[in-house]
Amino acid sequence: MSELTVHLWAGLRRFTGGLEVVTVEASSIGKMLDALVEAYPGLGPIFEAGISVAVDGEIINGGRHRPLAPSNEIYLMQRIKGG
Amino acid sequence: MSKIHVTTVVNGDEVEFLADPRETLLDCLRDHLGLTGSKEGCGTGDCGACSVTVDGVLVSSCLMLGVEAQGKRIATIEGMANGEELHPLQRQFVEHAALQCGFCTPGILVAAKALLEKNPDPTETEVRYWLAGNLCRCTGYDKIIRAVMDAASEMRGAA
Amino acid sequence: MPKDDIKEFRLVGTRPNRPDGLDKVTGRARYGADITAPGMLWGAVLRSPHAHAKILKIDTSKAEALTGVKAVVTRADFPTGLTGEEWNLQENTMAGEKALYDGHAIAAVAATSSLIAQEAVRLIEVDYEVLPHVTDVDDAIKPDAPVIREGAADASVPEGMPPNVVKYFEFGRGDTAAGFKDADLVMERSFKTEATHQGYIEPHACLGQLGADGKGEMWVCTQGQWFIRQMCSAVLGLNAAQLRVTPSEIGGGFGGKTTIFMEPLSLALSQKAGGRPVKIVMSRSEVLRATGPTASASMDVKIGMTKDGKLTAARAEFRMQGGAFPGAPVDMALYCCLAPYKIENVEHIGYDVLANRPKCAAYRAPGSPMGAFAVESLIDEMCRKLDLDPMEVRLKNAVREGDQASYGPTFGSIGLVEVLEATAKHPNLSVPLGPNQGRGVASGYWFNHNGETSVSMAISEDGTAQVSVGTPDIGGSRASIALMVAETLGIAYEDVRVNVVETGALGVNEPTHGSRATFATGKAATIAARAAIKEMCRRAANEWGIDEEAVEWVDGAAQPAGPNAGDYPPMSIKDIAKNMGSTGGPISGHHESVPDGVGASFGCHVVDVEVDPETGLTKILRYLVVQDAGRAIHPSYVEGQYQGGAVQGIGWALNEEYVYGKDGRLQNPIFLDYRMPVASDLPMIDTMIVEVPNPGHPFGVRGVGETGITPPLPAIANAIQGATGVRMSHLPMTPTKVLAALKASQE
Repeated sequence: MSELTVHLWAGLRRFTGGLEVVTVEASSIGKMLDALVEAYPGLGPIFEAGISVAVDGEIINGGRHRPLAPSNEIYLMQRIKGG
Repeated sequence: MSKIHVTTVVNGDEVEFLADPRETLLDCLRDHLGLTGSKEGCGTGDCGACSVTVDGVLVSSCLMLGVEAQGKRIATIEGMANGEELHPLQRQFVEHAALQCGFCTPGILVAAKALLEKNPDPTETEVRYWLAGNLCRCTGYDKIIRAVMDAASEMRGAA
Repeated sequence: MPKDDIKEFRLVGTRPNRPDGLDKVTGRARYGADITAPGMLWGAVLRSPHAHAKILKIDTSKAEALTGVKAVVTRADFPTGLTGEEWNLQENTMAGEKALYDGHAIAAVAATSSLIAQEAVRLIEVDYEVLPHVTDVDDAIKPDAPVIREGAADASVPEGMPPNVVKYFEFGRGDTAAGFKDADLVMERSFKTEATHQGYIEPHACLGQLGADGKGEMWVCTQGQWFIRQMCSAVLGLNAAQLRVTPSEIGGGFGGKTTIFMEPLSLALSQKAGGRPVKIVMSRSEVLRATGPTASASMDVKIGMTKDGKLTAARAEFRMQGGAFPGAPVDMALYCCLAPYKIENVEHIGYDVLANRPKCAAYRAPGSPMGAFAVESLIDEMCRKLDLDPMEVRLKNAVREGDQASYGPTFGSIGLVEVLEATAKHPNLSVPLGPNQGRGVASGYWFNHNGETSVSMAISEDGTAQVSVGTPDIGGSRASIALMVAETLGIAYEDVRVNVVETGALGVNEPTHGSRATFATGKAATIAARAAIKEMCRRAANEWGIDEEAVEWVDGAAQPAGPNAGDYPPMSIKDIAKNMGSTGGPISGHHESVPDGVGASFGCHVVDVEVDPETGLTKILRYLVVQDAGRAIHPSYVEGQYQGGAVQGIGWALNEEYVYGKDGRLQNPIFLDYRMPVASDLPMIDTMIVEVPNPGHPFGVRGVGETGITPPLPAIANAIQGATGVRMSHLPMTPTKVLAALKASQE
């Protein structure tokens, strides 16, 4: 387990006590999302509605198995779709 | 509503079918004769996907009743190639990548053939105005216009 | 084994004829409406004439009594208890307690002929209680607007928002107030764009069959057969594996065929009619009233710029309605609108608002064109005010690899600077302009998408290859996938056949959407081909009695490598294939993943227009599209995407819009009045393919399908300002609107 720095978006601050950047202990995207919901239950419905995770600039849909390390830049985004 | 017996010539073959008087020529071609190459994109004569010729005249087959085909000569996309030999327009469309989804393609080919029969040496502007009744949503028309111009040139060379 | 860093290709980058070309120029290709089945019935749908009405009673007895009618369904025939997006899909398929927009399905009929089905629809009697309605986004967001649906807001919406706001977005970074202070010029403008339709020429069509045992089949024009399967199963409560969905050839989609509309109705009717197959083909008016379209938008943008053109801060606040359901692409609009620019201080706010219109569907780079219209228009106006060259300002602020995107993450490999530099050198920019003519430039961005992807390929007995893919071919993707597989295997392009297959034949695939087919399916097909190569190398190694690691694949043949090099003559794919039955059986390769390594694509467009001061008509004189393709696998079809996207954007900019009357009904549901560009409206569309290879794809592919629709909206508005001095802030820029603006500016 390692401590990840996760950038949320401003609209989520009201679920995280005003924080836009949070840290959680996790080793993969899936574990990170689970840890975030555990720490901030208000995020649960938001994540269920659809989320993408940008890891070092690459936007990932799905990919709960993808490993994460403290050196990764992690941004949460609304789920990206396309036409 | 009782049906009407229609005898007509399609792509050189004499055919007959029973048409409900409310059915369009396009309905009859597609549903009674199995000629599904002509497409319905709008049903109001605005998109040209159903273009055929009737006695040599380019028409939107969705705007003509099937019963009006009695005694006429109809040409559709299915009759455009000569056996295995594609019409120059058909070949140029493939070579120019002038189709993406291909749904508007039969109507555009029929319309373009009618143009070149009337005017073997059209300008780009003449091609654009002639084909203004044929909507294509994929290509932006660029490659279609080039394909028609090149087919015209090829056909003039061959003539 | 093939390497990812190959720069010289035998086939990739060439322009062979597409494999399905012959079928498509002879009328043989079979689209959604082109097949029939034994015992087939025809379906027709009754649609609401009201924008918003309570459904008090539906009497289907007269319809059912009509000779030839075999089934009638209403919402009462659907399962209950769905939630979330599944409920939204079901509600949009068939209205429940209320009709939510003009064209909303109320009931459906199956009969022995299309004419009887249509007659039966007219015999259905519905009692409506008409309710107040709202169709404009700025009206819908008012606190006292008619409420479309109580409790539709999701968790993102803070307390106290107007009732039709169902999603709320807020993100940014830095200090915009400080950034605006650092600027020499701060401007704020409001913009509106109207809803447009994807406008594919093929109306939705399907042939569905469902038995009492819950086993069913469907033939349907769709961008994604698995999406159809999953959504129909959810809406009807079916077991997904029991529904087999086969995609027809598809007559255009552009995002609009990534969801369901009447498909579940054909299944429900079929089941009620004893399992007889039911064909439903939409009319164009049904397509326009009840499918697609995209959202309409109302946008405020504020930007700060120094006098030498450096952007210091930007604020974007967007409101979009996407119909009577959540899902307007306001988030995507916000993500993309400032993406071409490196700005320290940015603030984005968005509202997804319900209105009495059809449920919006994805449309090519969903949201991006609207946001670009607002931002790129304002930047252009500021350049004019500060007397700066718009190309130089774009280059000065352009994002590069390693820069933080306006939406947060750091960009990997991107090609915006290369695109802008190539654009600036293009001869179109030095053509002199005459009176009433103007030139506009604008940039555009789209992320691209990966998605679930499953590909299987098999070597045939003669050494040719068949590839099964799950992404329907809308614009030549069979050709690009065949090129990549042939390149990888070292065989001829003509020796590969790419088949788009039904849901029973592969693992789950997302649709052809998000500019993903050539990227994701192409990547998976390449990896599958490599798996087959590995197996063929193993067969050769066994034959030679050497270690399989000591065999390499060169030019379509296995050959001994390393210490064994030259010991045996190469064994060609034909030799290996011929003997596969005696060397271990069939040879195939497959790959399943959500492919990583998506590469985003930037573009820049330059347009010259002439505006007729007497009529307000804008004529496009010249048009240039420059875009990063990463690597163009089949350049003709890349150009085709650029040209097609640009012309859809031209339509959005100048002609196309959904016009709703005071009664809430769509006023222009035919192509005569929903005016898409025709050949005589346009010049040739010049293209330049920039190639900054995407390191995440074996051949460097970036998806190219969507970016091209984004820049035309602002580029044309910018050109019109150049031609007339008038800034148009509300699309479409019809002759009427331009003339009014010209007159107002002269007063």
